[in-house]
Amino acid sequence: MNVISNKWIGQRTIRPDGADKVTGRAAYGADTVMPGMIWARVLRSPHAHARILRIDTSKAEALPGVKAVMTAKDVVEFPLDKSVMLGIQDMRWMCRNVMAREKALFHGHPVAAVAATTEAIAAEACALIEVEYEVLPWVIEIEDAIKPDAPILHDFIKLDGKPSNIAGKLEHKLGDVDAGFAQADVVIEREFKTRPVHQGYIESHACLVSVSPDGKATIWSSSQGQFMVRAMSAYLTGIPQSDIRAIPAEIGGGFGGKTIIYLEPLALILARKSGRPVKMIMSREEVFRASGPTSGSMSKVKIGATKDGKIVAAQGTFYLQAGALPGSPIRGAAGCAFAPYDIPNVHSLGFDVVSNRSKVAAYRAPGAPIGAYAVECVVDEIAEALKMDPLELRLKNAAKQGTKAAHGPVYPRIGFVETIEAALAHPHYKAPLGKHQGRGVASGFWFNAGGESSAQVNVTEDGNVVVTTGHPDIGGSRASTANITAELLGIDYKRVSVLIGDTATIGYSNLTGGSRVTFASAMVVTQSTEKVITTLRERAAKIWKIDPEAVTWDDGEARPAGDNAGKFPALTLAEIAAKASETGGPIGAGVQLNTAGAEGGFATHVCDVEVDLDLGIVRVLRYTSFQDVGRAIHPSYVEGQMQGGAAQGIGWALSEEYIYDKKGRVDNASFLDYRMPVCSDLPMLDTVIIEVPNPKHPQGVRGVGEVPLVPPLAAVSNAVYNALGRRFYSLPMSPPRVLEVLEGA
Amino acid sequence: MAKLHVATTINGEPMEFLCDPGQSLLDALRGTLGLTGTKEGCGTGDCGACSITLDGRLVCSCLMLAAEAEGREIATIEGMAAGEDLHPLQQKFLEMAALQCGICTPGMLIAARNLLERNPDPTETEVRFWLAGNLCRCTGYDKIVRAVMETAEEMRGAAR
Ligand code: FES
Ligand code: FES
Repeated sequence: MNVISNKWIGQRTIRPDGADKVTGRAAYGADTVMPGMIWARVLRSPHAHARILRIDTSKAEALPGVKAVMTAKDVVEFPLDKSVMLGIQDMRWMCRNVMAREKALFHGHPVAAVAATTEAIAAEACALIEVEYEVLPWVIEIEDAIKPDAPILHDFIKLDGKPSNIAGKLEHKLGDVDAGFAQADVVIEREFKTRPVHQGYIESHACLVSVSPDGKATIWSSSQGQFMVRAMSAYLTGIPQSDIRAIPAEIGGGFGGKTIIYLEPLALILARKSGRPVKMIMSREEVFRASGPTSGSMSKVKIGATKDGKIVAAQGTFYLQAGALPGSPIRGAAGCAFAPYDIPNVHSLGFDVVSNRSKVAAYRAPGAPIGAYAVECVVDEIAEALKMDPLELRLKNAAKQGTKAAHGPVYPRIGFVETIEAALAHPHYKAPLGKHQGRGVASGFWFNAGGESSAQVNVTEDGNVVVTTGHPDIGGSRASTANITAELLGIDYKRVSVLIGDTATIGYSNLTGGSRVTFASAMVVTQSTEKVITTLRERAAKIWKIDPEAVTWDDGEARPAGDNAGKFPALTLAEIAAKASETGGPIGAGVQLNTAGAEGGFATHVCDVEVDLDLGIVRVLRYTSFQDVGRAIHPSYVEGQMQGGAAQGIGWALSEEYIYDKKGRVDNASFLDYRMPVCSDLPMLDTVIIEVPNPKHPQGVRGVGEVPLVPPLAAVSNAVYNALGRRFYSLPMSPPRVLEVLEGA
Repeated sequence: MAKLHVATTINGEPMEFLCDPGQSLLDALRGTLGLTGTKEGCGTGDCGACSITLDGRLVCSCLMLAAEAEGREIATIEGMAAGEDLHPLQQKFLEMAALQCGICTPGMLIAARNLLERNPDPTETEVRFWLAGNLCRCTGYDKIVRAVMETAEEMRGAAR
């Protein structure tokens, strides 16, 4: 690890993109226009499940102002029997998700799209498209979808040789659970349900696509990865990746929901057909109906412990909704559920269940909050049964360096214990509670990811620095990059500009996701900057005519060292830059890596609630998150991740859910009816940053962004139990449900 | 459909534009006038991303017809800074990291400025209820509320 001087790393610098974002200059997905631009709209299925017998677009095409119409036949088809993966996405499903092919699989599934001179004409033309449907029986909830006589979405998905809605299974085993349970003095088994929730980014999906007559395409869009946009668009349109330039707009929130695309291939096809730049923006209603959400779930968790509080066995079964096409985050649910604990005998099982809902997309630690909700509630019950403090029980069983996790790894140095100890020692944990108030705790784990990243660090002729990376900056990552570069070069932070390159100007970089951006970009930026420093030393050596080994780089300048110390006046970055062309040319370096060593992240949350017994409203009174972040490069944005995740978790626990009507249609597709926390719903969200440096990272960074959403569901739920003396086994604990439980008592 | 002619004032500048009778003010601002600093999150009055002030009153521009701007004074995010001098709220939002993705930020700033004009000394609860119409999915509101309170304090100090 580098010596940390703390001049810039760990400072609360002003983000490089900040001024643009507080003045309205920053260009998001919907903010770019082009001369000659036309607008496209999508025609969506009015049915939850229907075979598409015929589509007649002739009337739409004849409408004045219409420039192009497309259907699934314009999208590259990937046969059902052969998987083609891009990251975790299978193109078989993506090609059917962006445009319904054999069948419409959910209400809101795209069936056709029209580009016209105005949005109004495009919408009018959509209404003129005739689609003949054979309406099929549909199924929405997991418990219905896994029944033997359930309507089957896909005949080709088979379980034990028979068509099934169970599209996948994942299993983790450690030790022998039966033997483990036999040793237990207390065994508790419970069933839980959670509802699908949407990522809720405030910026809708939007893009602008232009295709020039030579077939080269440019895409401006807001996503969690311009390279993902390029690759998926290439797959779905057949255009080579080298002919697509994907330019990342500023992104107005993603939380995983923008790790796949919906509009770009449609706009690309329409732009190619019409010869005009095509702009598309999803309405909020479309965002709710046909993008995201994360899975709803049904789980069963059984945990056994000895009298002295040692957890000896744990078993979990997690059914997750995939939506209409396979691919729910069972790995996150089954893999993370027991990962915080050192348990010798574990059996964790996940099932991927399709039903007639929109295909799920990643949502912040995908699947992990679902697993943790069930496990952390049962752990709470175990503590109660053993008359132990719930944090002490967690501490006693906490995973540490050397613990073998059921999902595979043996942990290196991790900071889980430190999060629990910090929570135990915090005044919040001892603060008195009033009537109808309760306190809950929960912990959580997320894998974190490394993966491909690229960076280019260039010294300008006037001796300043421009850093380009390939990751859309959702929450301040440019500030972290600037902090690191300034630190290593020993120059003022303000002399570093940080840009996000497009697919033509920077090397391949994987998604802004998996809590990987600060981790991975710090690695490539560090290596690039170190190369630049080597060059700067060489140039100074050349000027002084001494050996480069005899030059050090300190405090932003080259200094002669060893025998030569003091012989020449130091050369600043600006002085070396000014002589660059005489000493060997431009100064800059790029590094591309497949980064590894992103060790897991852990957090413990403490939540106080008050329940209004008349109205059934649960209010969060106080909330404190304790998280091991490895090293906080920019503490404000680390805290921001912790606070944002806690708020989303509180929404998931208390108010957010999809409501379906009797015809299998989403009945609450608006911000008014899909109830995310607003400012007056929340208290301040306190954070305690714990820094147990990741030994595998130059600055000690661990991923930060996703862990914060793992503990809150159970923390809130356990707090409600503590307030009411009654447990909820399903979310959200919205006022009608709270009243139901209170009245049923 | 014949377009309507609208004469209005935006950020202190007289402006004229043509609009469809059914066009929202948000659409006219973002589309016709190219003032894309005002954001759209829903188009139905539920997120506050499109917040502007109309004759000093905080409104959702997505819920207003463009034609209703006739003869009125509109303030948008583009007029909040005076040249290079950021408004104290803008500066504080940067210093305190009260934005992550930033899509809610223009609306938040417009709403917060409007609050401080009416109530220079708001309580935390007053800030929270005033901003309850402005959704932010990234921050959990903590740093936003703190930034507004701190700006209020500083502005009171400066006014003394
Ligand atoms: S866009 Fe106007 S309130 Fe959401
Ligand atoms: S900062 Fe992203 S919505 Fe508020």
